[in-house]
Amino acid sequence: MTMYKPDAARELAERIEAQERELEQLRAEVAHWRAQVDGLPVRTEVDFTSISGCAVQPVYTALDLPEHYLAGQGLPGVFPFLRGIHPTMYRGKLWTMRQFSGFGTARDTNERYKFLLARGQTGLSVAFDFPTLMGYDSDHPRSEGEVGKCGVAISSLLDMEELFEGIPLDRVSTSMTINGPAAMLFCFYVAAAERQGVDIGKLQGTIQNDMLKEYMAQHAWIFPVEPALKVIVDMFEWASVHTPRWNTISISGYHIREAGATAAQELAFTLANGFCYVEHGLARGLTVDSFAPRLSFFWDVHNDFFEEVAKLRAARRIWARTMRQKYGARDPRSWQMRFHCQTAGVSLTAQQPHNNIVRVAYQALAAVLGGTQSLHTNALDETLALPTEESVRIALRTQQILAYETGVPNVADPLGGSYYLEALTDGMEREAAGLFAEIEAQGGVVSAIESGWFQRQIAQSAARFQREVEQRRRLVVGLNEFVEEAEPPVDTLRIGTEAEQTQRERMGRLRQARDQGEVQNRLEALRRAAAEDRNVIPPMLECARAQATLFEIRHVLEQVFGTYREPVFF
Amino acid sequence: MVRAPQQPRARPIRVLVAKPGLDGHDRGAKVVAAALRDAGMEVIYTGLHQTPEMIATAAVQEDVDVVGLSILSGAHMTLFPRVRALLDQAGRPDILLTGGGIIPREDVEALEQQGVGQLFGPGTPTGDLISYIQSWATAHLQD
Repeated sequence: MTMYKPDAARELAERIEAQERELEQLRAEVAHWRAQVDGLPVRTEVDFTSISGCAVQPVYTALDLPEHYLAGQGLPGVFPFLRGIHPTMYRGKLWTMRQFSGFGTARDTNERYKFLLARGQTGLSVAFDFPTLMGYDSDHPRSEGEVGKCGVAISSLLDMEELFEGIPLDRVSTSMTINGPAAMLFCFYVAAAERQGVDIGKLQGTIQNDMLKEYMAQHAWIFPVEPALKVIVDMFEWASVHTPRWNTISISGYHIREAGATAAQELAFTLANGFCYVEHGLARGLTVDSFAPRLSFFWDVHNDFFEEVAKLRAARRIWARTMRQKYGARDPRSWQMRFHCQTAGVSLTAQQPHNNIVRVAYQALAAVLGGTQSLHTNALDETLALPTEESVRIALRTQQILAYETGVPNVADPLGGSYYLEALTDGMEREAAGLFAEIEAQGGVVSAIESGWFQRQIAQSAARFQREVEQRRRLVVGLNEFVEEAEPPVDTLRIGTEAEQTQRERMGRLRQARDQGEVQNRLEALRRAAAEDRNVIPPMLECARAQATLFEIRHVLEQVFGTYREPVFF
Repeated sequence: MVRAPQQPRARPIRVLVAKPGLDGHDRGAKVVAAALRDAGMEVIYTGLHQTPEMIATAAVQEDVDVVGLSILSGAHMTLFPRVRALLDQAGRPDILLTGGGIIPREDVEALEQQGVGQLFGPGTPTGDLISYIQSWATAHLQD
């Protein structure tokens, strides 16, 4: 039993009293300051709101700090990870510099990857062309004019092997931005690794595989929502055993934000999607800790500097608490939100494109101050075309300057404790809680997608932002202010139609060379697995090994699962 | 396909806003559709992933004056001429084909040579396209 210590009690009472006096004094100072400042002229041509439209105060003080502030913020690497998921943060390991790229044929992109790896890039990130994103082969009629234009064309194992020719797949980590046909491209990748003689248990990387945000914002869908979720859970299940170092999903706010959402909408909609995946995994009978450590996230980093840092910090805290308290996760890795960031493509301007270098640098700084694990910095010319080698090099160098010259990575969460940032972080969390309740009232994530609720919320935010820019309530340098009348054109990358021709010929040869009977048998086995509600990954991998094409795999599954129909509105 | 509420004007300009090809970026198309509707036009939006055939058929069936394509996928040199040709074949060379997206300057010039109207790039104020369509309508449509 603790002894009653009158001295200690008195000391505590005195300290509380002293603290109260300090706070009283601060309140009085703030009130006095406000009275003096209230009448002073301020600029009237702009709104003093965040880019998401949230009002911000002219100054923040200790009065704006959340309750239990001193003990509540915690430390890096400690639950709830507000201040970062690793105890050593960037002292232990810098973020991965991962430039998203892909164009033309697998051979063209393979050369770009070798260019980037030779210049100090530390991870690969595959951009696929639109036909691949939608599950069409390069020689499908719907692919005409789009092959290799916005990314690399990958229609089979043959193409995937060529994409990574000379790049040992057990020694790089690869991110693949693919969703509707994610499982198919993942099977091509696993099969390509097998052909390199690599132990697939060593594969490291991430597949985006986040269909919920496709329906909300990015729109590269194939199947209706529930079968799409089934395939995703199949991936969780299969990969947890066979490719345990592979991130089976990258739950993405990026596209939601780019489509027009505010920072809080990006935060809440994305986390709600994350919880929806967790619930589908649990409904399958998986234990939360068997798959949750491999869930990763992907955030947009926009122009409003502090709002973005606050969003990233709040995201980590909400995820950790919910995973532990609501879903009962026991493995700390299930609590830790690991994420990739990309600077905001939508914030770049086609006018005076060199200014984009500066926008990207500020956004990259926000991502690092927010504790990202990997980062893509956009190139200055991305509103005009796919980036040139020169513009990609500048984008990569922007990260390297941040990493090696600014001193920023020396300290974990260096903005932690800022009155403004802590108030914003808490505000962001409260706003997310309100949006979670709205989603719940809509019947949950799947219902709100099917009714078009998310899509409308996002479109309304996009329209509001456009109005603000047109009314010049929001100034964009070079666009509605500081405009140059005559601008010299910049050199951009041209993607010809050669890739389409080359791909058609390759596909023709592939269809001739492979064992057609074997392809049909394996496709039929896949169809049966889908119809009997078994895990589709093992038979899909068999299809990949037999050189079945992307569209052939899509097509058999579509026969069982059906096709998504979007709610059309504007 | 959805139709905006009917405008009270006797003969509003009818516009089909369309997303051809596989590109899913509809932020611009939706912002433009809403702005044209707010400017008093009757706007029909196709939704995503439309083929040129679907777009031309919809344009003829809906008897529109203007078709606006939004393309951010780099496939503009295939899709604009295809829609133009299909409209012409359907006996509707009078329909204005315009649009926007990420389209390099030299491609804009080449497409204008092929009977495509003005094309608008990133950062264009919606007022510019509204006045373009309105002045085209004044010159070409009989009321």
